[in-house]
Amino acid sequence: MLTVLISRPLRLIDWPLSALQRRLGTTGVAWAFLLPNLVLFGLFAFLPLILNVVYALTGGDQIMLEDRRFVGADNFARLSSCENYLDPNSCEKDLFWRAVHNTLIFVTLQVGLMVGFSLLTAIILNRDIRARGFFRSVFFFPVLLSPVVVALVWKWILQRDGVLNAGLDALGFETFNWLLHANWAFGWSIFLSVWAHMGFYTLILLAGLQAIPQDVYEAARMDAASPWRMFRRITLPLLMPTMLVVLVLALIKGVQTFDEVYAFTGGGPGSATTLMIQYIYETGFGGMPRLFGLASAASILVAVVLVALTALQLWANRRNVNG
Amino acid sequence: MGKVLGFLTRTRGRGGRLHWTDWASYAYLGLGVALMFGPVVWLLLSSFKTEAELARFPPRLLPHAQEMMTLPGHDDPLPMFVVTDGPLAGEQVAQVRRIGLASQVVRPEAPDEIIKIDISQREPVEEIRFAWENYTGLFGEFDFMRYLWNSTFITLTATAIMLLVNAMAAFALSKYRFRGRGVVLALVIGVLMIPQTVVLVPLFLIVSKLGMYNSLWGVIIPGAATPTGVFLLRQYMLTIPDEILDAARMDKASEWKIFWRIVLPLSAPALAVLAILAIMWRWNDFLWPLIVLSENRNFTLQLALNTFQGQLSTDWSSLLAMTVVTLLPIACVFMFLQKYIATGIASTGGK
Repeated sequence: MLTVLISRPLRLIDWPLSALQRRLGTTGVAWAFLLPNLVLFGLFAFLPLILNVVYALTGGDQIMLEDRRFVGADNFARLSSCENYLDPNSCEKDLFWRAVHNTLIFVTLQVGLMVGFSLLTAIILNRDIRARGFFRSVFFFPVLLSPVVVALVWKWILQRDGVLNAGLDALGFETFNWLLHANWAFGWSIFLSVWAHMGFYTLILLAGLQAIPQDVYEAARMDAASPWRMFRRITLPLLMPTMLVVLVLALIKGVQTFDEVYAFTGGGPGSATTLMIQYIYETGFGGMPRLFGLASAASILVAVVLVALTALQLWANRRNVNG
Repeated sequence: MGKVLGFLTRTRGRGGRLHWTDWASYAYLGLGVALMFGPVVWLLLSSFKTEAELARFPPRLLPHAQEMMTLPGHDDPLPMFVVTDGPLAGEQVAQVRRIGLASQVVRPEAPDEIIKIDISQREPVEEIRFAWENYTGLFGEFDFMRYLWNSTFITLTATAIMLLVNAMAAFALSKYRFRGRGVVLALVIGVLMIPQTVVLVPLFLIVSKLGMYNSLWGVIIPGAATPTGVFLLRQYMLTIPDEILDAARMDKASEWKIFWRIVLPLSAPALAVLAILAIMWRWNDFLWPLIVLSENRNFTLQLALNTFQGQLSTDWSSLLAMTVVTLLPIACVFMFLQKYIATGIASTGGK
């Protein structure tokens, strides 16, 4: 069906393309097939990469490059001018440092909890249980939901007259306006993103667990090894390469968290849940003046972190394949 | 009963009874089902509640609404109450109108005979009723249909373009040996490292310069060539034997014909996986549309949801229904194509 849909209209352009092929030769045809992709990559991936540097080195609130003046490393200097890096209030761009702090804490807790719960879930799913396929898909289900929907689902539960407060009320506790308190809003943001993404990592870890050969366990059982010892001495070491991949992937995604937290708290209360990408978005597009240079400088800093993590990922992948 | 329990607690492998660790596992998984499905089910149930029912605290599980009855001599359906006190105690009455603290009611048997009772003497008669009007109202709304159309158009067009462009590139990279192939492959890997999130400002400039700002095409085109797609398809096309292609070349088939008559149909499973992933990504896309689409009439469902939920007085009844409509296509995809998604995501490492 799908291929019929695609191939019917394509038949119409066969003749001019055959003529083209006679002129280009086989190598030329290969490049012709690559052309649309390369144009798109060039325009929307490589060109932006270079222009990003241009923006970071120029100032002003104009988007057109000819209207921007060269300021050198001024944007980076402004972002990094800080009396005490542990206290965002002492920095010139306090919101940037607030976002850096928030992102660091967010990523640490989120990745830690996510890998922990994914591992636990994967180990349980790897046991001899009934309806494994069903349970696996249950944990996977939220991965498919859009970030805005995830945010709304939990907002509806946590709102002042929501079902969580009703439960607390019924148990005799005081009701609480969860998203108006900085720490609770932050905690729930972490919870929500773990909820939304852990199924994905569970899937990868489960595949890793199932790849461990059974005879290793059988040999250990012959030697009367305890389950705990088998877990420590067989499962964990053999799962390590997969764990590494999962950890790096989770870090890469964690640093880029934006959608669900933005839709959930809007970065608030105050700037308690403002993360890096939200800072970039708001600096460049959120309000006036649009400080494109500052936004670009900040995104270059994020890009450096991501490239380092991706290099780590490629290395981990290679180890995983060879190991 | 004992037999059933015995059957349920028998483990598959060892034939023994459930160990305590098995109980713990099932308890954990049960909790997982509640935690993963519960919130979405709660949203679904809430979306069928009337505005009055939504404002109720504590909330009830199932949507309730007051029973209405049409009586002769009255044009509109009348709300039903049960009388708690006084001479009519225990009887069901229909309220004609309410004046201050007094309520004018009639008995269904005698719809003309108006009786006055105190409002503290009556309680509404409620039944479980699904407020479909939340949904029908939504589909009658011009703006909503517009968002739905925008989302659908972006998703389908972007997926089609992406499949074609990426399949062409994957074909060239898997079935031809030519100078510069290694460079192109390395560039594709390079693109993998640069997510859209870190080049927002220059991307915005390019899209504006191309006249695609505030246009649906500005959302569709920039993401059309994905390294993930090229990789997925190339891996698959490498498994197609070159002999088939050579045989076609003997028969004087053009390279283009080889591509669309042989390689594309043979790659159908990989194309299907990529199509599902692309539909998911595009339907759920948020940050880039948020930047490109500035006018309300160009919003996608995701943007509209985010805008409405941020408003001061949120109209939860239509917002919840809209959320359900937004998650419905994804939920359907999940139910029918779950296996493909799992393999697709596992083999590409997400996005």
